[in-house]
Amino acid sequence: MQRKMWGALLCVLAMTGCQPATDKLVITGSSTIAPLMAELAERFEAQTGVQVDVQSGGSGRGISDVRQGLADLGMVSRALKQDEQDLAGHVIARDGIALIVHAENPVAPLTQDQIIAIYTGKLDSWSLLGGADRPITVVHKADGRSTQELFLEHFGLDNDQVQPDLVIGENQQGIKAVAGDPYAIGYVSIGTAVYEADHDVPLRLLPLQGVPASLAALEQGDYPLSRELNLVSRGELNTQAKALLDFLSDPAQAEIYHAYYFLPATR
Amino acid sequence: MLTTSSPPRADRLLSWGLRLAGAAAVLVLGGIVLVLLMQSAPFLLDHGSDLWRNDWQPGQARYGMAAMVAGSIVVSVLALLLAGPLAVLLAAWLRYFAPALRRPMLALVELMAGIPSVVYGLWGMLVLVPWINQWAPPGASWLAASLVLALMILPLALLVTDTALGQLPVRYLQAGQALSLSRVGMLRRVLLPQAGPAIVSGLVLQFGRALGETMAVLMVAGNVVQWPGSLFDPVRTLTANIALEMAYATGDHRVALFASGLLLLLVTALLLLLSWRLRGEKHALA
Repeated sequence: MQRKMWGALLCVLAMTGCQPATDKLVITGSSTIAPLMAELAERFEAQTGVQVDVQSGGSGRGISDVRQGLADLGMVSRALKQDEQDLAGHVIARDGIALIVHAENPVAPLTQDQIIAIYTGKLDSWSLLGGADRPITVVHKADGRSTQELFLEHFGLDNDQVQPDLVIGENQQGIKAVAGDPYAIGYVSIGTAVYEADHDVPLRLLPLQGVPASLAALEQGDYPLSRELNLVSRGELNTQAKALLDFLSDPAQAEIYHAYYFLPATR
Repeated sequence: MLTTSSPPRADRLLSWGLRLAGAAAVLVLGGIVLVLLMQSAPFLLDHGSDLWRNDWQPGQARYGMAAMVAGSIVVSVLALLLAGPLAVLLAAWLRYFAPALRRPMLALVELMAGIPSVVYGLWGMLVLVPWINQWAPPGASWLAASLVLALMILPLALLVTDTALGQLPVRYLQAGQALSLSRVGMLRRVLLPQAGPAIVSGLVLQFGRALGETMAVLMVAGNVVQWPGSLFDPVRTLTANIALEMAYATGDHRVALFASGLLLLLVTALLLLLSWRLRGEKHALA
């Protein structure tokens, strides 16, 4: 009896230990891409039998995991930087960042300077923008998020110039904060914002430099605050990773990208 | 069955089991301290003196944690000031003035203690913060965080106080009644002072729990790194900082977060020592 159990245990150990690593793909990184990637990976798994493990943890983690060999592919929700040229980027989709206010906020489209003034604390009441005489709740993202980096870069701001009233982590937290406060302003991924606004969350997306924050504007390339969603790799891609990249750029998957309000990259 | 048929063997098993559990606890704690020390040592050597500065801008290699240490402490202190007296009063009232209510209330309180912290956080974010926002925007603030924490530590603070009062010798009560002392006077002059050290040491442990709470605070505190100037200002605690940034941090930034974990451990250890001291005094009194 006991010997049988040991035998079974050894079998299990042998199976897990000797499984070839190439039958499994590990993808880590951006929390913006992760939900989309998880669904696409599931379909890929069903089609090819290759196991795909998707873990979220920010673009920074995607980069460092690929560098350390902990992941086959890293999800990075921005373009690669100068010091990241040792990695190969594969653009899979496009996304934008939308400024959002509460649906009941009547404020007119804001200019670049007004947005900068709001975020640096120089403009701190809606009355100066034709709204109610109430202080502006400035919602900002925590350090290390690519959404924050992109926002700061677009408006030419340093993080220590920003005077936030609320610092958030995930997009969802930003949505909840703005939807729960008629006097708040924040910025989140367009995909997330459009999705929530379409599902009766009281949000309004502000146009940016005269361009409405919509997927159509993003598709035409007009929207000024947009970013590429990347998968990064290092060195030679293995066959599974290659197959996955081909699978991701297959037009048949476009509807899944759209379901998450991203635009699939056209190749 | 095992225990009655061969007590020595069962005892040996139990004793070994206990030793193993004890060793595991020590090993895990030692491991945590070791990892924190090893991870943060290079950073502490390089930036150790910067830690006491105010500005936390990891993007620009500025790692001041003083504002967040202050944030952690003031949020927990206010929570304890709100929950502590309420817990003691409620426990005393239930035990000596409304004994019929005690059982159902304690059951309710135990249920409250079992609610996951993230649920308190969600309630704070969706109800409390918008409510405070109507009076004093932005709503997410020191006050909101302390209220949510107070609600979280109230149940256990109440249960600890109830137990402490329950452990007092019955003869105190009998003697008091024989002398026809009023119940309020009895409570104020005899019962609470006698149970005091046990109550206070229980409250200190709850304070430690408040210090360590992460998710609920993250959801309602506003998380702006600044000195807590008013009750309605947003603050960031050390734990919220780790949760917000750890997944996104690399290099020195990541190591700085480990160092902040070490700092938190230090504060908690100091609290524990304080709690021990208070309990020690109780034995000296008895």
